[in-house]
Amino acid sequence: MIMPQLEIMLIGSVVAVACVLPGVFLVLRGVALMSDAISHSILLGIILSFLVVRTLDSPLLIIGASLAGVLTVSLTEMLIRTKRIKKDAAIGLVFPVFFSIGVILICLKASNVHIDTDAVLLGELAFAPFHRMIMFGIDVGPHALWVMGVILVLNVALLIGFYKELKLSTFDSGLAASLGFSPVLVHYGLMTVTSVTAVGAFDAVGSILVVALMITPPATAFLLTERLPRMIGLSVLFGVLSAVAGYGFAHALDASIAGSMATMTGLFFTLALLFSPSQGLVTKFLTWKEQQVQFSAQMLAVQLLSHEGTDIESSENTIDNMVDHMGWRERDARRITRYAVQQGYIQREEKLLSLTPFGRELARKISIS
Amino acid sequence: MDLILLAFTDYTLRTVIMGTALLGIVSGALGSFAVLRKQSLLGDAISHAALPGICLAFLVFMTKSPFLLFLGAVGAGWLGTIMMMLVTKHTRLKQDAILGIVLSVFFGFGLVLLTWIQRMPNASQSGLNTFLFGNASTLLVEDVTMMAVLGVIVLVILIAMWKEFKILSFDPDFAHVSGFRVTALDVTLTTLIVVAIVLGLQTVGVVLMSAMVIAPAAAARQWTDRLGLMVVVAAIIGAFSGVIGALISSSVPKLPTGPTIVLVVSAFVMGSLLFAPNRGLLWAAYHQYQNRKHLRAQTVLANLFSLAQNHDDPHYPHDIAALRAIGHAAFSQAMRQLESESMVLHHGEDLWGLTDKGIEKAQSVAKDIDS
Repeated sequence: MIMPQLEIMLIGSVVAVACVLPGVFLVLRGVALMSDAISHSILLGIILSFLVVRTLDSPLLIIGASLAGVLTVSLTEMLIRTKRIKKDAAIGLVFPVFFSIGVILICLKASNVHIDTDAVLLGELAFAPFHRMIMFGIDVGPHALWVMGVILVLNVALLIGFYKELKLSTFDSGLAASLGFSPVLVHYGLMTVTSVTAVGAFDAVGSILVVALMITPPATAFLLTERLPRMIGLSVLFGVLSAVAGYGFAHALDASIAGSMATMTGLFFTLALLFSPSQGLVTKFLTWKEQQVQFSAQMLAVQLLSHEGTDIESSENTIDNMVDHMGWRERDARRITRYAVQQGYIQREEKLLSLTPFGRELARKISIS
Repeated sequence: MDLILLAFTDYTLRTVIMGTALLGIVSGALGSFAVLRKQSLLGDAISHAALPGICLAFLVFMTKSPFLLFLGAVGAGWLGTIMMMLVTKHTRLKQDAILGIVLSVFFGFGLVLLTWIQRMPNASQSGLNTFLFGNASTLLVEDVTMMAVLGVIVLVILIAMWKEFKILSFDPDFAHVSGFRVTALDVTLTTLIVVAIVLGLQTVGVVLMSAMVIAPAAAARQWTDRLGLMVVVAAIIGAFSGVIGALISSSVPKLPTGPTIVLVVSAFVMGSLLFAPNRGLLWAAYHQYQNRKHLRAQTVLANLFSLAQNHDDPHYPHDIAALRAIGHAAFSQAMRQLESESMVLHHGEDLWGLTDKGIEKAQSVAKDIDS
């Protein structure tokens, strides 16, 4: 039973990497939800192509489904261009129509065939190893691995081939256009790649995981770095980690593999959201707290300076007085004092606080400016 | 006709129709706000995010009571929305990416819970398909009653806080400086939208709920520029789509209700986009055609006038070829129009000259162009 497990993890990882490559650019260009629209619309493409060729194993299905994905994008953009409907509403209007027609066609025309609408949405990775690819009578591995492998190679080749164009048109579409790279062409190229990848992946993992893998690892990486190559590298890493960890989680719970992988992408995202060194919420909160204490300690130094050498120094420059005069809570006052001592602004003898030479200099500088 | 009669007599169909109509009213009304606030895709995200809530509610209470599951769904949808608001505010990620993350991760987690529940002993297996695609035909009177009660509550709150929601939707900054608690209002309105969405899940399902939020509002938006009217029109369009969709799907065997309703409501959007007065595309195209015709005639008139100024007689007829040399295209149409307004006189063959009225008009056109 080791082989199928390895194969599932391998398929999951290949799907993850294939998905994050276009996903990075979807996230950066602000069209992430097109992946949601595309991954639903392909249902109509699949069922229409199926009605023509009458088999589920034809490459025509991939072509037809990808066309449906690209058509969704262009129809959505047509709606936006009328200026009667805003971008977000347009996205949410077109794909439900495609999806509805797809579901209706399945119910009316293909209910006797095995196209499960929920399999399209949810996928069942657990069955992927049972669908083998037979070449010249030899079993060469799972069908899904081959399909996604080819798509992955294509995506990598396209990324390397058009890296410059993608990068330029993503970050400065105006410059790209004036240098002669057509932004429309790049955009539709990206959308076509997204469609093909979604079609290839839906069979194994379902469209919801396609969305999770295309958007979440790149968004996670985006919270951690500002450089495109590093963002791509991190996205690949988080994608693969989510696939492997997701499989383990699913195996332990005996639950949906695709769902677990999506959950793992979310887990990594949450961690980055909280603890990213530059963007993380916890990091930001700690910095903010630190700055608050630092500011208060500097104020404390200024306060001490103003009473230094006066008659009332011994009564004014105490912690208790800070609680009264600065309006600090006792706990905060103690923390601020501790910080000021640590930073070498002040020294403390019993209750009396006095400035160090460094603290005096600092307080002078602050009160002058 | 028989179908309409059946709608009043057939018990199941009547229940379904009442449910879909209610769904249309509530999602149409609340959807108007979502669309105006550029939160259209919230519906898509919330409906997906509701799944783990439903599963958790089941795991905690071990019952399939619709109300408890509803509470779970609202809780999860609400949590997802609040997370979206927080992440949008505190990171540089774009909103659509965050919507996508909440949508897919919550749903993925819900899927884990659901498959886990299904493998537990003595757990009743059902629900997922209904949740994904909706199943209007399984609507019970209790379901419809719950929808009605909650729908009325939502609409009453909407009306009671009308002024606040209106100012929040159109000018949140002004609302803030006017002393309204914008964040609290935002959360309230979003909660209402969450409730509206979760109410519709059982009927049309996760994937298509987004259309029920956006489409009635997008259609209504084309007919009016007033918020009050837009909300009413959206609710009416939503209700009609629900009823018409339910009737059609009940008359064709195997036709699923949810997708049919979505196609009907999308047809309303299409019709509104094309035919609505002022904003409608056909209307706009007609206006453009009229303007173009008018401009063309004026240009010809001005050209004729400037040619005539080379002669002592301002009525001096010119060959149409001379006009073509300085202007372009479609002269015969423009000439015929000008002739019918007696601005020009046909002097036979290809010769055209200005009339007194034409000269006067041409002078005023020339003045307009100069200024």
